[in-house]
Amino acid sequence: MMTLKQSRRLQSALLGTLSWLIAALIFFPIFWMVLTSFKTEIDAFATPPQFIFTPTLENYLHIQERSDYFHFAWNSILISFSATILCLLIAVPAAYSMAFFETKRTKGTLLWMLSTKMLPPVGVLMPIYLLAKTFGLLDSRIALIVIYTLINLPIVVWMIYTYFKDIPGEILEASRLDGATTRQEIFRVLIPICKGGLASTALLSLILCWNEAFWSLNLTSSNAAPLTALIASYSSPEGLFWAKLSAVSTLACAPILIFGWISQKQLVRGLSFGAVK
Amino acid sequence: MNTSTLTPRTAAADDKSSAKGSVTKPGWFLVSPSVLLLLVWMIVPLGMTIYFSLIRYNLLNPGENEFVGLENFEFFVTDAGFLPGAMNTLLLVGSVLAISVILGVLISALLEASEFLGRGIVRVLLISPFFIMPTVSALIWKNLIFHPVSGILAWVWKLFGAQPVDWLANYPMLSIIIIVSWQWLPFAILILMTAMQSLDQEQKEAARLDGAGPIAIFWHLTLPHLARPIAVVVMIETIFLLSVFAEIFTTTNGGPGFASTNLAYLIYNQALLQFDVGMASAGGLIAVVIANIAAIILVRMIGKNLTDKS
Repeated sequence: MMTLKQSRRLQSALLGTLSWLIAALIFFPIFWMVLTSFKTEIDAFATPPQFIFTPTLENYLHIQERSDYFHFAWNSILISFSATILCLLIAVPAAYSMAFFETKRTKGTLLWMLSTKMLPPVGVLMPIYLLAKTFGLLDSRIALIVIYTLINLPIVVWMIYTYFKDIPGEILEASRLDGATTRQEIFRVLIPICKGGLASTALLSLILCWNEAFWSLNLTSSNAAPLTALIASYSSPEGLFWAKLSAVSTLACAPILIFGWISQKQLVRGLSFGAVK
Repeated sequence: MNTSTLTPRTAAADDKSSAKGSVTKPGWFLVSPSVLLLLVWMIVPLGMTIYFSLIRYNLLNPGENEFVGLENFEFFVTDAGFLPGAMNTLLLVGSVLAISVILGVLISALLEASEFLGRGIVRVLLISPFFIMPTVSALIWKNLIFHPVSGILAWVWKLFGAQPVDWLANYPMLSIIIIVSWQWLPFAILILMTAMQSLDQEQKEAARLDGAGPIAIFWHLTLPHLARPIAVVVMIETIFLLSVFAEIFTTTNGGPGFASTNLAYLIYNQALLQFDVGMASAGGLIAVVIANIAAIILVRMIGKNLTDKS
């Protein structure tokens, strides 16, 4: 007969094994992508799939000359960071006033901001495309920076709002009694307290910008195209390019994946608009 | 300016109830950039879309932009791609939602059920696909997993002596659903797992001492606790799933025929491949209306859910 303790341990081992299996299954495509990036093209295409092979760095070494990788990576970096900084600059004052000077309309305004996310991008594809064309902004970084700033603004305002809400009002009152101006209040008191929250908000915005693939595919062709567009350009040719595709994809996803791993706990809050903490 | 606004606000801090009205000014001054930008972002393009949808406007033969009433809507709705597009949109949203919520609840419950070696790593592995950019996940699935000759699935099928399947050609919509679910299931797991950790352990322990089995605890304690996070998952995923685009663009191009075309892809097709601005705008408006119907239903559901709880 098993004791209660033994049966608990067995149960825990079984559940653990099952969890590991599911995790391995879900992670497999990513694992396979990274593995394929170290194969030669012939190994990558071989049947049956090669699990054991002589690894090569060739794909990584030749990425730049084959696809001008750094041009696209630079676009991704520039667009994501500019849009994120711009977004924070606009969102922090808004979140500040909504969190500390709540009025009857604050909740409504917040919900309305969220509702702008309900507008499917295809609904405004035509006007945005034609506006960009009229102003000569097709295939320009500026167009994407402006659009990304605007599409992430509601999420960023919400997220910062929930962080500000957690700060006890007494701290601000104290600083006000000491004669702090609004600007000092934001820069000397609020931002230092919410450093972590602001950092994870910025991280979420970076992740969303980096991975955005509707506007980048429709509004750019080569000049301003970020990594999402570079990788989409690999969709047409068939045949001996899988290892290179995998190498490019691995490089494009690695930084974001690591960001995501580091900040998963805080991201939940932002992604759920503060509903889950 | 700052010194003058300081006085009423300090007063407000002293007497919160009476000073509510007088403190709105600095607040609105700071909120207005965000509100104004979002308002412009929403109204200008939407207004233009409405205008375009009512005129004949094709970039290939410019000049004659006469008013045609609802003709564009008529053409769009009677287009051969409209019905499959609308059905595929609903199918995609519905099945990915079902898969991610059901599996998401089960998997996060499994992870919370026991302590085991490497739970942190399992967690990280499970949420990883969410951070992969859509074009990458689509191409990885298309070439490395689904490929009928050297994809992993072809190899697995052969292992069991079955004929490999050409997934994207024969089951295009199923393949898209699998790819998109793979991207969004991790999101559900991420949210639900965090929500489960905030469940009161004492309550669970009390239920266990009262003789409740794990299934009863899950059904009567965990699931009600998850109502709100599930609502959040459903809402956010719906927003993104209604406009899935890159996954279709990089794998099937909406085909074969219209078998894997959703509304977003159909409108893109009309607009940027056939240059029919009028019809694309009409389609865009229909997509907006569908999204809003979904939004209203969801807000009702979630609103009810929230009032039920509190």
